[in-house]
Amino acid sequence: MTPPVLELDAVSAAYGPYRALFGVSVTVLEGATVALLGSNGAGKSTVARVASGLVPVTAGRVLAGGVDVTGKPAWRIARAGIAHVPEGRGVFSTLSVEENLVLSLRRRAGPRALRHSLEQAYLRFPALAERRHARAGTLSGGQQRLLSLAKVLVVPRKLLIADELSLGLAPHVVDDVYRALGDVQRAGTALLIVEQSIDRVLSIATSAVVLDHGSVAYAGPATEAADVVAHVLAPRGRPQGADGAMPAEPRVPRGRGWRRSQTT
Amino acid sequence: MTTPAPLLSVRGLTKSFGGAVAVSDVSFDVAAGESVGLIGPNGAGKTTVCSCIFGQMRPDAGSVRFCGRELGRLATWRRARLGIGRTYQRVEVFPEMTVRDHLLVALRVRHHDARLWRDLLGRSAPRADELARVEEVLEIVGLSEVAEVPAAALGLGTCRLVELARAIVAEPRLLLADEPSSGLDEHETRELAAVLGTLQATRGMAVLLVEHDVFLVDAVVDRAIVMDLGRVIASGTFGEVMAEPAVRRAYLGVP
Amino acid sequence: MEQLLGFAVPGVPYGCAYAVFAVGLVLTYRATGVFNFGFGAQAYASAFVFTWLVEDHAWPTWGAFVLAVVVLGPGLGLVFDRFLFRRIASTNTTAKIVTGLSLLVGIPALLPMVFGNANLVGAPSIMFNPNTVYVHLGADVPVNGMYLSAAILTVAMLVLLVLLLQTTTLGLEMRAAVESRRLLELEGVNAQRVTATAWAVSGLMAGLAGVLLAPTEATIQAPDYITLMVAAIAAAACAALRSMPIAAVAGVLIGVVSLVAQGYLPTSSVWYSAVLPALPFIVLVAALWVVPGLRHLDEATDPLSSVDPPPPPPVARVRGREIDRVVRTGWWLVLGAFAISMLTWIPRAWETVLNQGMAYSVIFLSITLLTGIAGQLSLAQATLAGVAAFTAGQLAMHAGLNFLAGGALGVLAAAAVAMLLALSSLRLRGLGLALMTLAAALLFDTAIFPAQSVSGGTGGLSIASSWLGLPLLAPDGHAYFVLALCVLALCAAGVTMVQRGTIGRFLSAMRGSEIGAAGIGVNLPWQRVLVFALSGALAGVGGTLLAIQQTVIAPGQFNYQLSLAFVVIVVTAGVGTVEGAIQAGIGLVVIQELLQYAPQRLQGLTFVLFAIGALTYSAHPEGIVELEKRRWTARAERALARLRSEPAPATASGRS
Repeated sequence: MTPPVLELDAVSAAYGPYRALFGVSVTVLEGATVALLGSNGAGKSTVARVASGLVPVTAGRVLAGGVDVTGKPAWRIARAGIAHVPEGRGVFSTLSVEENLVLSLRRRAGPRALRHSLEQAYLRFPALAERRHARAGTLSGGQQRLLSLAKVLVVPRKLLIADELSLGLAPHVVDDVYRALGDVQRAGTALLIVEQSIDRVLSIATSAVVLDHGSVAYAGPATEAADVVAHVLAPRGRPQGADGAMPAEPRVPRGRGWRRSQTT
Repeated sequence: MTTPAPLLSVRGLTKSFGGAVAVSDVSFDVAAGESVGLIGPNGAGKTTVCSCIFGQMRPDAGSVRFCGRELGRLATWRRARLGIGRTYQRVEVFPEMTVRDHLLVALRVRHHDARLWRDLLGRSAPRADELARVEEVLEIVGLSEVAEVPAAALGLGTCRLVELARAIVAEPRLLLADEPSSGLDEHETRELAAVLGTLQATRGMAVLLVEHDVFLVDAVVDRAIVMDLGRVIASGTFGEVMAEPAVRRAYLGVP
Repeated sequence: MEQLLGFAVPGVPYGCAYAVFAVGLVLTYRATGVFNFGFGAQAYASAFVFTWLVEDHAWPTWGAFVLAVVVLGPGLGLVFDRFLFRRIASTNTTAKIVTGLSLLVGIPALLPMVFGNANLVGAPSIMFNPNTVYVHLGADVPVNGMYLSAAILTVAMLVLLVLLLQTTTLGLEMRAAVESRRLLELEGVNAQRVTATAWAVSGLMAGLAGVLLAPTEATIQAPDYITLMVAAIAAAACAALRSMPIAAVAGVLIGVVSLVAQGYLPTSSVWYSAVLPALPFIVLVAALWVVPGLRHLDEATDPLSSVDPPPPPPVARVRGREIDRVVRTGWWLVLGAFAISMLTWIPRAWETVLNQGMAYSVIFLSITLLTGIAGQLSLAQATLAGVAAFTAGQLAMHAGLNFLAGGALGVLAAAAVAMLLALSSLRLRGLGLALMTLAAALLFDTAIFPAQSVSGGTGGLSIASSWLGLPLLAPDGHAYFVLALCVLALCAAGVTMVQRGTIGRFLSAMRGSEIGAAGIGVNLPWQRVLVFALSGALAGVGGTLLAIQQTVIAPGQFNYQLSLAFVVIVVTAGVGTVEGAIQAGIGLVVIQELLQYAPQRLQGLTFVLFAIGALTYSAHPEGIVELEKRRWTARAERALARLRSEPAPATASGRS
């Protein structure tokens, strides 16, 4: 049996004195699609960043294809076939649209196939073709988002980590993106998706991981995740919230900056 | 039925970057206490419209009137003091400042009482009424628990809430909310809709909402304006505009 | 026409020198994101080593070239990258500028310590023989080897670098790495290696430029290279730090125009004596006003900067209550002990030294206010101090005004100059603002302070004790100490109150995000003018104090090198707190005094030490003082916790 594409083994992580993850384990099998769910500040982005080597782990191990990559720089993990589309802006705003694509596709597609991959990218996202020589910084927020997705959707990778996949995209563009995801899925790419639109992501996911306060609250088949999510997220209502009911336990601050570790 | 004089009135707004036209001849009104959604495909020019209204970009042509006053080339900070608040697509928080300080500063600016002598004599500590107001807003937006945390330590979604709280603490008459729901999950979006609804109802705050989340737009806005390629292609209630074929084509991608 | 050519052609090598440096600056900026003020110093180092090896040690020219250019040039670049710039977060503009400044301050001071004070003459040429005439333009415009070498070098370098940056993959990766090293790593590129390569290329260019231009100067001296840098900065600014061809053309034009003007202007006119030497600064100021690209420097931010851990909060805000009480009490005790000691047993020589330290501390407080609290960078603080001191001196000399009263007017004058400076640079920020203040400082240094009517020449004005009205200069009294202590205490208290007050919060919002601050209604232009005026006033107070302490007011006390050094010193010690400024002031004079006992060769060590301090600064932008405070507080808190965990009744009562 082939080892999982990505395995986080009891990983903890922190931003300076602010701890964000507490012993989180996530496994992405080859060709699988894992949805990463949880409320705002539960640590979803941090899991994505740990997996791609952007944030160092303070405990636990990260394995990519069975190889221990704990503490390895991000570029080594990227070369091992793991692509990460970060949340927010993921493009170089001072470079042109085409330069952004070249930077990304050249290494993965190889110099010879570069022209072909560029054409494919423009074909799939015609909005980018019109602005190919414009500086990426002059694109609208949504178009920049599209560009950062175009960079990774054209050439299939072993694993694609997408953080806040459809953030800031118009509905029909979201459809396009999900169609493209379907294509790379069929090409054998495993997916780890952070997404706010839960129903949508669960419709393509094979399994789901629900995070709560930096720990795993649920890991298992996607079909049952929806209930868990509703359970984990719903009691978070504030006095003005729609649901009204308050949990009996004391509320813990949200945001990733809420627990100061004892050591510093 | 008489229509009230509009709070914000945008006429013939045009802006281009280099060769590309971002906004072309856009006109619309927002009445006091009304909430209007500004929607459209990516790159339609929605954020550019917000920036022109707030004075962060200078339009090539057209006028923006607020409370009957032509804003012309007025600086952003003056527009803010006239009663316009804004949240940003790319967050603009003060990284080293705690969440509570964000709100205290915004409140202080509103009362514009920065005097050097008062600082030097140590008379600028937050007053009880200010602290109470800040606590109230923190509670409304749901940030009470992170009040003492510096913004740099917060996630993207929470930073958006900080911006929202910072914008509404000074009770603006018009809030320009640029994709406030991105980075929030469905439940939080629902709560955000409730917050915006409450503010609108109790404080008479008008909202211009740029948003892709159909749920939020539907829940919050009285009226929607749809833009595509820099132009207004439809306006009306959310149900009406969504029924128009041009909108469905441009925005939802349905033929 | 012939005459014009005759004036213009000798300007070509100068122009080419400016152009080569300007292109190097633009390259370094675009490939590493750092405006490398130290580029001239790097070139100087290579030129120095090259000449030293050939002339003093009889190395073959090629061997010296390999060592000085191919090894030392990129080597220095790699060292800078490894130990300084790699550790700076890509968003921290101030850190990048200050670290660049520390190179400019440190390297020229370091070289004589390593190689002795040899005055090197006659650098060998490795291209054409400088004195052989190869071509004649017209009847009597000879073109010798020096001109040819300079022109060929400039064009070759320009073409190569443009090709590297615009057409190669490496160039693309370099430009990407400037914006976000992390995003580049996600593409599978080793961003660290890309940046290191960029620094090596930049270092190679600096070395090459230094060695090839060495024969154009009679001797190899650090000041020449710094003057060269100023013109190069002006040329680079004309190109908005973007276009290398424009930078090259601007550089050549500055060189040629100044020599042509020199040829035509009558030597007795004020144009010749004051305006011509200031030409590069005037070009720099004009470029900063006119070139739109300079308003948008460093605007591209790292989209992944949120991956960095947030900066630690100030220790004073987070430490436990017991420790806070102990520290506060400790401060008062130290202050009391200091005052009593100064009045009783401290030797006269050391009292003088510490007095000077207090005057410096006041000037440094102006940097704390401007940079630490408001996030603005000024490289003209020594100049502002000088404005106040010279105003007071002139009023005392010509109007018979008491020097202290004149000092008060001088402080107003310094505040006014600072306000003007702020008003003239309202649309600039970060690096643009730093360059504008640098231009102002240089303008005062060359055109105003040395004027007979201002300072009475380079010797300066001596302060007569009759000007003062108080026995401040008495050799056996403590009046100066008492005055300085009171002034310092007032200024420190004032800065603290501003920091804690409403204005401090507005300024800190402005430091955090200008867009965000304007969005809530903070009047940014006014805040900036206000903080510049306050900071100028503080610098003026310090300058007046310093002048009294030194009994003389000379241009050398207030030159731009000192401004640069001041900024480096304060940010190294800790720019965010009032204590940082005071500790920097006292530390500076104590180290200088201790170095009196060191060999003559090590006199420049103070600046080198502070430049080395930049090593800690690049990793801990909050400063050494704050860093050590945090470490000690953590230690104390741990010790306290350990004490408490044992059942010791004596400590348990400490908890309220």
